[in-house]
Amino acid sequence: MAAPRFWREIPNRYNLIGTKCGNCNKVLFPPRYICPHCRRMGKLEPYKLSRRGKIVTYGVVHVAPEGFEDQVPYVLAIVELEDGPRLTTQVVDCDPNEVKIGDEVELVFRRIGSDNEDGVIYYGFKFRKV
Amino acid sequence: MDVGIIGYGVYIPRYRIRVEEIAKVWDEDPSRIKQGLMIEEKSVPAPDEDTATIAVEAARNALKRAKIKPQDIGAIYVGSESHPYAVKPTATIVAEAIEATPNLTAADMEFACKAGTAGIQACAGLVEMGMIKYGISIGADTAQAAPGDPLEYTAAAGGGAIIVGKNNDEALAEIEGTYSYTTDTPDFWRREMRPYPKHGGRFTGKPAYFRHVLSAAHGILRQLKLTPQDFAHAVFHQPNGKFPCQVAEELGFSKSQIVCGLVVPKIGNTYSGSTMIGLAAVLDKAKPGERILVVSYGSGAGSDAFSIQVKEAIEAKRDSAPKVEDFLNNKIYIDYPTYTKYKGLLVR
Amino acid sequence: MMREVAIIGVGMTKFGELWDLSFRQMIIEAGARALEDANIDGKQIDAMYVGNMSSGQFISQEHTASLIADHAGLVPIPSTRVEGACASGGLALRQAVIAVASGVHDFVVAAGIEKMTDVMSEQATGALATAADQEWEVYAGATFPGLYALMARRHMYEFGTTEEQMAMVAVKNHSNACMNPCAQYHMKITVENVLKSPPVVLPLKLLDCSPITDGAACVVVAPAEKARKMDRVPVLVAGTGQASDTISLHSRQSLTGLRATVEAARMAYKMAGVGPNDIDVAEVHDCFTIAEIMAIEDLGFCKKGEGGKLTEEGQTEIGGRIPVNTSGGLKGKGHPVGATGIAQVVEIVQQLRGEAGKRQVKGAEIGLTHNVGGTGGTAVVHIFKRGD
Repeated sequence: MAAPRFWREIPNRYNLIGTKCGNCNKVLFPPRYICPHCRRMGKLEPYKLSRRGKIVTYGVVHVAPEGFEDQVPYVLAIVELEDGPRLTTQVVDCDPNEVKIGDEVELVFRRIGSDNEDGVIYYGFKFRKV
Repeated sequence: MDVGIIGYGVYIPRYRIRVEEIAKVWDEDPSRIKQGLMIEEKSVPAPDEDTATIAVEAARNALKRAKIKPQDIGAIYVGSESHPYAVKPTATIVAEAIEATPNLTAADMEFACKAGTAGIQACAGLVEMGMIKYGISIGADTAQAAPGDPLEYTAAAGGGAIIVGKNNDEALAEIEGTYSYTTDTPDFWRREMRPYPKHGGRFTGKPAYFRHVLSAAHGILRQLKLTPQDFAHAVFHQPNGKFPCQVAEELGFSKSQIVCGLVVPKIGNTYSGSTMIGLAAVLDKAKPGERILVVSYGSGAGSDAFSIQVKEAIEAKRDSAPKVEDFLNNKIYIDYPTYTKYKGLLVR
Repeated sequence: MMREVAIIGVGMTKFGELWDLSFRQMIIEAGARALEDANIDGKQIDAMYVGNMSSGQFISQEHTASLIADHAGLVPIPSTRVEGACASGGLALRQAVIAVASGVHDFVVAAGIEKMTDVMSEQATGALATAADQEWEVYAGATFPGLYALMARRHMYEFGTTEEQMAMVAVKNHSNACMNPCAQYHMKITVENVLKSPPVVLPLKLLDCSPITDGAACVVVAPAEKARKMDRVPVLVAGTGQASDTISLHSRQSLTGLRATVEAARMAYKMAGVGPNDIDVAEVHDCFTIAEIMAIEDLGFCKKGEGGKLTEEGQTEIGGRIPVNTSGGLKGKGHPVGATGIAQVVEIVQQLRGEAGKRQVKGAEIGLTHNVGGTGGTAVVHIFKRGD
């Protein structure tokens, strides 16, 4: 991933800044550029999401994509935030056998990856069990 | 000085490795090491943790206690000897992650294990002169140690953050004064492009740690006309458990004065985080009115001493973020192979 | 449809690790077989649509529509590449069907191809992951098995679907593949084999996953009147449906089914004037075992949540109430992503003609193909009928 592509999303990835539509009041994350419900009638504004949520589903990754190999086994999950939106994330610092659907989780700031040893380091959100 | 601590926070990774686990690999006697270094286990960062992530977590915890607008922070200093980049500041990552950007000054600091306290002094100066409203200094490290080096038993990961502002009602403690003692003493160093630090063995003791810590401590006591009896607590940099105990004894502090801030036996030496976490552990428990002596040490070498007096606001702020003890108790033990993997010593 | 459309010829390469065949050789082989089957000459071909997901990543070659027209000796006919991740083949067919139905073209080739083994398997996995949301899924450490594992776990949680039931999908499809000379695997497996295979992203294990495969498939689409003049059972395209959904899984209401499948199927059933109960044989997108369970529910072969039970009862086996993936499916036959949607049609056409050999579903008159892109961001469903 080129540096500008990562840099552009820093507020969203560091601080869960999503969008809220002033027309339908839906909170959207990942951020969107037009409200999928109201389309051109929508009024999207940045919205800071709550940093807590619940695990909706999860899997335990044993065969990881490039850059994640050293973390196996790790928990990949869809988390539903208190404000409603869902996101795909890792649940860290836990025994994968102790994760359950419905577990409460909170945001942590972690290293997500880097292009290679010489490249830019990408940081962002992961979650841990409360 | 008219400067106070507005908030403080720490972060310690969840993984731990016991002395026994390391000693087993290098055919050493764990009980001798545990006794000699007064250390039982040390913290280990997860593969996705580094100084930046630790600094961000500590800063976020400090903000939870400070209850200030991040945009009011005018300066961020991150002290570390394990910044993720050689060139590109950790401080900007922290600034963005706590939403303090863009109207502030920021820089990374390096002074072995005392860069965090150097940052407190820098913030205090800027606050005192009215250039900023609040400043945050963070000391954080993911300390490196060559496999088999005695440092391997202690080199740990963690960080502490201190938010400095005016000494008003918001302040949970007053910084009464600070005193530094600095010389060119090469007791511990890491050359450019080298992964592990080198050190002078026993030379790191008397002419280095002890000379600087004692001189700075004596200096501030003299400056503020205080004696050890005026302090409820004392925190000295903790490269191991033994050094701070010896230095306390030599200065005339009792065991009961240092026990509260002595965290090294359970987490190891968190380098730039060490003194900061020790101070936080004391603030977690201290009562309003109590005075704390804090003396850091950075190899190379220098010590920063602070006299801090706890204020009423501590009671309202203390429980707003996780305490040092919470981190100490929340742990997962790993074995040496896992440790080498997490530390990136094993490369597939 | 403006005019009735038929499939008059089908052909495919063997699926598998085709070390000695290049991209170019594969597509020519499949194309020649389809034209031979259709008994027409290349001169008669008016246009071509090529389903191909990621030649850029797999063989560093884009512009494959031109490449194929060139090497097939078909220049200057219009040749268009269609991309919808793993649904690329199904989309290519749909474009060909629309082109013929509209009257713009008469003989159109719908092709599908993927050459996946010219890169290491990790690179292939990475290439496939580009069909997921790079910014918000892959960035977080997701892979395709990872995303389907998220659906599998939720399906297990909501409906009590078991890992054994999922394993039964793989067992069935491997068993069917043994009877398909073009299949990648001719190897029977047991439920225990699947359960004990190495974990990929739990609850999915290695034998829950379709393999990395090379392969190409082609069909010739023509007006039905031409098919009726031929000396064989004509197979009509009775219905076509396509639908989209959010590219990322986390943005969807349901994690236990694919809305795009439901919508595409609704469209295709309506056009064909049939319902799920009328289907005699179906090729569904079983990129993972859970995907087949969800597909048979979303296509209406059973109620939502009962796909595991339907599988366990043997209803989806050859001889069951609704035989599914008689070819071996993506699991047993192999999954050269761009080719899959076309290879599904090859199987259904053979079934409806009664040419499926040991895999033959007796008296099959109506068949269905179901092809999915990504985790369900795209789905395409076609329904075929014997035209005699």
